Amino acid sequence: MTQYTVLIGGKAGDGILQAGKVIGSLFAGLGYHVYLSVDYPSLIRGGHNFCIIRIATKPVGAFNTTIDILLALDQQTITLHEKKLNPGGIIIYNSDTVTTDGEGIAIEPLLRRHNGRPIMGNTAMIGALCGVAGLPWSRISPVLASQFQKETELNLAIAQDSCLSVTPRLSVPADTTMRYPFFSGNEWIGLGLLAGGLDAYIAYPMTPSSGILHFFAQIAEETGILVYHPESEIAVILMAEGCAYAGKRAAVGTSGGGFCLMTEALSCAGQAEIPLVIVLAQRAGPSTGMPTYNAQTDLLFACYAGHGEFPRYLVAPATASEAYRFSAQALHIAWKYQIPSIILSDKTFSEGYYTADSIPDIISDIIPDSPQIPYSRPYERYAAGEWGISPLIHPPCTGEVVKVNSYTHDTKGISSEEPRDAIAGAAKRQMKSDALAKETDTREAVCTSGSPDSETALICWGSTRGVVNEVADALGLRIISPVVLFPFPKKTYLKAIHGVTRFILIEESATGQLQTLLLKEGFTITETILSSDGRPFPVESLLERVREIIHGQ
Amino acid sequence: MASDRSLITDAKNTWCPGCGNFAIQHAFVSVVSELGKEGIPREKMVVVSGIGCHAKIADYLQMNSFYSLHGRTIPVATGIKMANPDMSVICFAGDGDLYAEGIGHLVHAAKRNIDVTVICHNNRVYGLTTGQYTPTSPYGFRGRSTPRGIHEYPLNVLDILLSCGATFIARGYSRRMPLLKRIIREAILHHGFAHVDILQICASFFNLTRYYDELVYEIPEENTTRYDTARELTEQWNYNDTGRIPLGILYKAEKPSIPETGELKEYDRMAFIRSLLDQE
Repeated sequence: MTQYTVLIGGKAGDGILQAGKVIGSLFAGLGYHVYLSVDYPSLIRGGHNFCIIRIATKPVGAFNTTIDILLALDQQTITLHEKKLNPGGIIIYNSDTVTTDGEGIAIEPLLRRHNGRPIMGNTAMIGALCGVAGLPWSRISPVLASQFQKETELNLAIAQDSCLSVTPRLSVPADTTMRYPFFSGNEWIGLGLLAGGLDAYIAYPMTPSSGILHFFAQIAEETGILVYHPESEIAVILMAEGCAYAGKRAAVGTSGGGFCLMTEALSCAGQAEIPLVIVLAQRAGPSTGMPTYNAQTDLLFACYAGHGEFPRYLVAPATASEAYRFSAQALHIAWKYQIPSIILSDKTFSEGYYTADSIPDIISDIIPDSPQIPYSRPYERYAAGEWGISPLIHPPCTGEVVKVNSYTHDTKGISSEEPRDAIAGAAKRQMKSDALAKETDTREAVCTSGSPDSETALICWGSTRGVVNEVADALGLRIISPVVLFPFPKKTYLKAIHGVTRFILIEESATGQLQTLLLKEGFTITETILSSDGRPFPVESLLERVREIIHGQ
Repeated sequence: MASDRSLITDAKNTWCPGCGNFAIQHAFVSVVSELGKEGIPREKMVVVSGIGCHAKIADYLQMNSFYSLHGRTIPVATGIKMANPDMSVICFAGDGDLYAEGIGHLVHAAKRNIDVTVICHNNRVYGLTTGQYTPTSPYGFRGRSTPRGIHEYPLNVLDILLSCGATFIARGYSRRMPLLKRIIREAILHHGFAHVDILQICASFFNLTRYYDELVYEIPEENTTRYDTARELTEQWNYNDTGRIPLGILYKAEKPSIPETGELKEYDRMAFIRSLLDQE
């Protein structure tokens, strides 16, 4: 695999993420697989921000501890990251403010020549990167042009000037016509929901889920999606339930704290049988924790959140195409079974950027047509149906009333404390659970890769699969990574572990939550590699820890 | 006018004898019947209730209903209205429900002028949980959670709502039926956020019949569009002291509201997604 790692660093407010995205899109447009990871503290101005951009000829979802090209907008970037530079690595820096060796660009005079604004210093750095990479200007200018939607000519002129002023040090191939779509995990989830037929997205801002809200707000007019940001997460989820009652497919997004506020209404959706999608993007907790850093510590919370017992569908996509496919699927399942679906993401996945190599083009690949279940008159919202699923209609409906209820209720939706209604309700929910478990325990529910004959398997879920892939490749190990987590796809998992004797769980938590879930299903984990520092594992450090375990036997 | 029986379910009514809820339900059913004759069919109405004695109305009305959570009628109603602006959405809430647990939603609903109607059964005590103080109980109220009396003055919610930008504020009394019907009717027809606070007695835990009968009076209708008059009216009685209690539509104004109604457009969803995936 040919690969390059680029790190761009500067102060918060310097537009580091924006510049990183342009670099990522540029290489995605040149036919490379790209993964971008952004690291920023929870503040608006000052502080140190950096993006790591991994560019490779194979799909990637993790970064290395070493870098090939360092783009430094300030001196602190040199101080913090210079030591990670590979032998032969190159530093490209703003020579007006940074002192070091490498390719210095005098940004201020360059911008002055073009009448550019200070933020366009990033454009100059990107141009210099292209020059150092040895990319021909004729090849990159059309790709770059699509990235600068405002002041395109000016940005291109600055990039070109800078590109031609540096010495080419590498010769990065750019001869394929292939190009990959490049979006953040949040945007891939949004695209999947959109493809799945979403009508409304309602959210209260909370890192790291806000990207979905911004994505939908930006495309609301072109897609007719209702986008709303109300006063609290409690309002968010209940508005979504109101939308669903009126027949609109709604999703909400939040992180752990917001999800805590939503749990009362989650339980309401369980009792009242209201279809709903919740995107839960985890971050380091407990409580406020580290808002802009990662954790995989809400798995069990997502499985069991809400009082009482009711079915739910929980998925944790780990790649762009999984996020697209399973987000659409989550919406479909929520409406088919009239239950809440939860898409479990995390900071690393939500705010990381990923190229996708296989996107199901037509949504019927993902979602079968669900025929309207006929109902008998007078309509009863909770009438008995196959697998406990009642015919679902929405008001207004001439001559019929639609009554939904958070109380235990009879088939008409009228409150009841009669044992027979309580038993019928519980049985209905259980029937739905059983049918759901059967339908969702499919081949795609558990991702298996790596060496299929290895007796040692690395077990992971969600964003850690990106790094686990590379470690497994390097050591010839098997990877087993459930995407559907609840109801747990027991049959598929059992098949996946055939021949495995050693199960190493890799999870960004202190307790190994997947282990608890697996134990309940009768599966064991033999060793765990856990992490609570809020940072995704770099490839080399995870490799080291897996090696220690394997050789320590 | 007799109640339209077709609007009542066969659920067993468990409100206490003498409860003000009967009057509120009766007034509402009359209004729904009337509006039906005027071209607003009952199918296009949804009742959203909270949790408490008041909320049983969702079970008793043979109408579309969402029996929601304690204090949470407003976000549910907002979601329904935004999803389908053709529906008339009416929240029935209690004073414990709406003014304690749900006051955040109430304030924001008034601020955004969402086109829903909120009817608060304000009996100034928790009934279903057997007699604790609510945000509108008077100073010194002795309830089961405050046997020595509360050291808090009641919230004057109508005054708060006026400050929040509510465009329809009314007060009714469960023992003034013609006025109650008129207010509920006007509230439903109002374009924007309409709030109706209904004084009702709790026959079991807080019977203020004599107090209300003595102090309430109906205001003349012509003053309703003046903000300063509305302020005087909402401040005239503070839910605590004795003083005359104005009943009627205290304020009514026109302001931009949501949801905006516009023409429905057709969108080619998949073409849009393809263009995004292609462009990147």
